[in-house]
Amino acid sequence: MSRLKHLFDQKSTRVLNVYCTAGFPQLNSTLEVMESLQANGADIIELGMPYSDPLADGEVIQSSSLVALGNGMTIELLFEQLASMRKSIHIPVILMGYMNPILQYGFERFCKAAKEVGVDGLILPDLPLFEFETIYGSAIQANGLDFIFLVTPETSEERLKKLDSLSSGFLYAVSSSATTGKDKDFSKVAMYLKRLKAFGLKNPFLVGFGIKDKESFNAVNEYANGAIIGSAYIKALSSGSDVNAITKTFLESILK
Amino acid sequence: MQLFDKTAEYQEPNQEGYYGEFGGAYIPEMLFGNVEELKNQYLDIMNDPDFQIEFHALLRDYVGRPTPLFYAERLSKEIGTTVYLKREDLCHTGAHKINNTIGQILLAQRLGKTKIIAETGAGQHGVATATVCALKGMECVVYMGEKDIERQAPNVARMKLLGAKVVPATSGSKTLKDATNEAIRAWINEPDTTHYIIGSVVGPHPYPDMVAKFQSVISDEIRKQLKEKTGAELPTHVVACVGGGSNAAGAFYHFLNEPTVDLVAVEAAGHGVYSGMSAATTQLGTTGILHGSKSILMQTKDGQVVEPHSISAGLDYPGIGPLHAYLFKSGRGTFTSATDEEALEWASHLSKIEGIIPALETAHAFAILPKMNFKPTDIVVVCLSGRGDKDLATYMSNIKM
Repeated sequence: MSRLKHLFDQKSTRVLNVYCTAGFPQLNSTLEVMESLQANGADIIELGMPYSDPLADGEVIQSSSLVALGNGMTIELLFEQLASMRKSIHIPVILMGYMNPILQYGFERFCKAAKEVGVDGLILPDLPLFEFETIYGSAIQANGLDFIFLVTPETSEERLKKLDSLSSGFLYAVSSSATTGKDKDFSKVAMYLKRLKAFGLKNPFLVGFGIKDKESFNAVNEYANGAIIGSAYIKALSSGSDVNAITKTFLESILK
Repeated sequence: MQLFDKTAEYQEPNQEGYYGEFGGAYIPEMLFGNVEELKNQYLDIMNDPDFQIEFHALLRDYVGRPTPLFYAERLSKEIGTTVYLKREDLCHTGAHKINNTIGQILLAQRLGKTKIIAETGAGQHGVATATVCALKGMECVVYMGEKDIERQAPNVARMKLLGAKVVPATSGSKTLKDATNEAIRAWINEPDTTHYIIGSVVGPHPYPDMVAKFQSVISDEIRKQLKEKTGAELPTHVVACVGGGSNAAGAFYHFLNEPTVDLVAVEAAGHGVYSGMSAATTQLGTTGILHGSKSILMQTKDGQVVEPHSISAGLDYPGIGPLHAYLFKSGRGTFTSATDEEALEWASHLSKIEGIIPALETAHAFAILPKMNFKPTDIVVVCLSGRGDKDLATYMSNIKM
């Protein structure tokens, strides 16, 4: 059974997925950040692979990506850093990134390497449905990786059904059509999530974009199975150098 | 009147927006609705008779089309062949860019949009967008790299005078690539009311095809004018500079399926193709994905996009439109390049022998003429994509006067 499926079998509400950028704040802090997230209550780790032109991300995550690239982060190096992660990390780990660096690494080679180090799933926001179905999906599935599509309030019902059927692990519900790190109007978000909950999705769904504190985390959990926090955590990590202390304080502020 | 004719492979991408292996729409789900709406409607809107009438009336009465096809006598003598110049520099706002913005603003109106965003490099597309927004009373926000804002001050002032808001892109290399990222993000954040007017034949499908079709008026006119002036059905060569590739796409379009016409695309070699300071994408690039389409782009072996260099802001882009990538890969197009220095030399030279001060971008296209070994019987059309007013500061500091 996939780690994600196992997780959602055990826990169907208040699942916390935290995003961090590989190679940030230090080149070799990737695993330290992940261990710290796990120790302080994160249920899933979404590890971002830095890219020079991250279209779906706002400035906080983009600047962390530029720091990571400046530190020398690459996909090659990431798989070296993750080679023994399963000795200490037992929660699900998802890689998030953009298509171009993966294509240069080799898509099949990437999927194999991800599987080998114990990665559970992929979020690739700029991999379109058509190309997923005709070219790339087979390598993802052949390596037993979950693939998580994004859906938005503007996604039609027909398309939602399709994206849900092709996703596994969970579905990533973007709280509104916007890049990461933007503030949201939550009454609108609540209506959307209510609709999503009533839709009868095959997968559990986590809400991302605009979740930054206890209040927003609690608010979306009335409807969703959990939430994804990215920019707010990266901002916190940028504010000091003690990864463990920052992570502990940050996650306590959300969960306690 | 059938302006946007469907003929063969080079003119029409497939259903998913591919020219051969290049193209597609690699966009996040947040943009899907907008891009899908465009994809489903652009051809119907563009082929609607009312649209065509309004589009052509504006091209005629507002832009000043048809632009002349000018026989460059002194240049022809010097090069030893027949050279015609397609005078896009005489378009309203000083470059070909407005052909596309007129088309897209009419399209945006028909899609019910009220706000326009755009990216710009040299500022020509930004000015052309601000212009049509003023014409149609739409709100206009132009994203421009911080570095480009410095080196293209007159165009920044023009955009502001026309009522547009100019937002500096401060990320990455602070040039066209980053302005495009910021514009796409802004579109993600306001998808319902906003239309994004891309200025080149780049971006997710249907943009490359749509922009090529709006710019195809250039080659449509060249064909007719050449026939009128010389009796010849076809030129032997069409030469154009290429950054993203919109003036080249427009100048090539109606010759794409005429194999006897040599389509010559001139990229910016900066300090030299292999100097590490260049924007010669097809020479230095590999297949990859940037700004929503698969094409050829300049990148590291790890797939990070490289910051290009060209003295001309309009060519300072690490990618190239998917149609051009296909022309390059298939061998249909001849891809060559000119350096910063050669472009400057030719900006000066063309001014002196023809009395036309070209834009820096355009000067690249002229710089390759002496190296092409044309036959005396050849007929060469150079797309004179823009005028040089905006580059005066660069000319003043780099050309001995």
